[in-house]
Amino acid sequence: MNSNYPNRPPVALKGAEVAAGIDIVGLTKRYLTPKGETFTAIRDVTLRVEPGEFCAIVGPTGCGKSTTLAQVSGLERPSTGSVRVHDQLVDGITDGVSYMFQADALFPWKTVLGNVLIGPVLRGTPKKEATLLARDWLRRVGLAGFEDRYPHQLSGGMRKRVAMAAALINNPRILLMDEPFGALDVQTKAIMQNELLALWEELRPSVLFITHDLDEAVALADKVVIMTSSPGTIKDVFEIDLPRPRGDVQKIRHEERFLELQGQIWESLKDEVTRAYARTSGAAA
Amino acid sequence: MTTLTHSETRKSEQPVETETAIKNLGRTKARRRNASIWIGRAVLAVVVVGGWQWFTTVGWVDKFFFGQPSQIWDALIKLFTEGTAFGSIWENLWVTAQEAFLGFFLGTFVGVVLGILLGSNRYLSEVVGPYIRIVNSIPRIVLGSIFIVAFGLGTFPKILLAAVLVFFVVFFNAFQGVREVDQNLVANVRVLGASPFQVAMNVTIPSAMTWIIASLHTAFGFAIIGALVAEVLGAQKGIGLIISQAQGTFDPDTVFACMVIIAVVTLAAEYLIGLLEHRLLKWRPPNRSEAQTI
Repeated sequence: MNSNYPNRPPVALKGAEVAAGIDIVGLTKRYLTPKGETFTAIRDVTLRVEPGEFCAIVGPTGCGKSTTLAQVSGLERPSTGSVRVHDQLVDGITDGVSYMFQADALFPWKTVLGNVLIGPVLRGTPKKEATLLARDWLRRVGLAGFEDRYPHQLSGGMRKRVAMAAALINNPRILLMDEPFGALDVQTKAIMQNELLALWEELRPSVLFITHDLDEAVALADKVVIMTSSPGTIKDVFEIDLPRPRGDVQKIRHEERFLELQGQIWESLKDEVTRAYARTSGAAA
Repeated sequence: MTTLTHSETRKSEQPVETETAIKNLGRTKARRRNASIWIGRAVLAVVVVGGWQWFTTVGWVDKFFFGQPSQIWDALIKLFTEGTAFGSIWENLWVTAQEAFLGFFLGTFVGVVLGILLGSNRYLSEVVGPYIRIVNSIPRIVLGSIFIVAFGLGTFPKILLAAVLVFFVVFFNAFQGVREVDQNLVANVRVLGASPFQVAMNVTIPSAMTWIIASLHTAFGFAIIGALVAEVLGAQKGIGLIISQAQGTFDPDTVFACMVIIAVVTLAAEYLIGLLEHRLLKWRPPNRSEAQTI
């Protein structure tokens, strides 16, 4: 797959910027339930992501990982605390952010090309230029020749590639990924992880990557953050000192340092997972 | 597997023959299945229409009340050759069709606009929601009487009644369609910097389109019903007037003949809506059950 996009500089885009650091300080988010009660999703989260850093967030279900991403993107406003991107307070939609969801958020009524095109078009790039750019990106993710297909005609892995091209075409400063490969089978997942790493090493945006998969977190990230559940807070932060470029994620899994780090993180995560499980199963009983 | 068949193909001609034979067999089977469906359809039509003709001829069913296919055919011929007491059948049909189509477009337009507006505004939808449910539960067809009293015997009250009936069908579908929009898609374009208008154009409306188009089939039926009922209630021209006239002279054959004419118009409109649906929703995966029956 790598032969499809030889190492070449990213297509320059007007307003393309360098990766931005993310500063989250004392972030708390409460929601109002329909019954009028307040529900604290995350409490006092403080986290710094360096420019160009790949940061994975791991934690039990419902610990507010997605809520954290929503605050960074500016889709939601924090109840207290602040988020700064590139030393600017997030107030409204953050500039230069791309989102990638678990469900491939592709427009089923647009062709593959149309799906990738929309990013630059919404930014005001002329249609012709945007089309060229989109074609180039589809080629880079190995989907040349599929421009006129509709998403339902593609396999799960191909749809992910389209979503990846759509997320990266604007050359984002920050890439927010909410369990992007969660629904893929194991083989496809490994392929997509490799492709993501290759593209990331080329563009180097700052990444916040939510996952349940500890192996995935360690293999991809520079930093793994463990979150605890209800309300979500940060429990531990692990620096992953595996050398870059990482190479094949399948191979790195057998390295000694990988296993060591993975073991440490699992120790920290284990209590949280069992606690969260006990709580949900206790509530159900 | 495949390499095996390939090598065999090269060795002897036999597998090629079987392959074409299999293909032919499949084709014959499909053709035979198709033919049997059409034969079944023809038999069903003959049984129903022939049975009707037979029963009324023998006298088991009174043709004075229930008409007779042959007489309905005669009434149809008469409608088209001799015309009616209110001018030619074409003239009357044109009036009714005009009322139905205008009512259909008016109702659809208002229904789509209000449905999308209310569907995308939670506060508004919660304020207006119960009232819409109340209005939906009243028998709206009765509004025809009020429209005729208020606006006279012209075409306007007919258009209005047709539009009211159409509106609710389309409105509820558009409303539901907007609420079913994938929030991930909305978040996605918002992060990309889309304005509320761009969100509507790129996400909300295309996504609600499936629901809206689905409602149009039913909606056109309602437009015809609205126009006809309003004409029966009081009109100077139109198929509904011919129907109510025929009712007054105990002439069920003409009533049935009018039903046939309207059915043809509705089928033609359905076909057009089907074409529109195909065009607008070509991105949808093909329906599996459809693929099997064809």
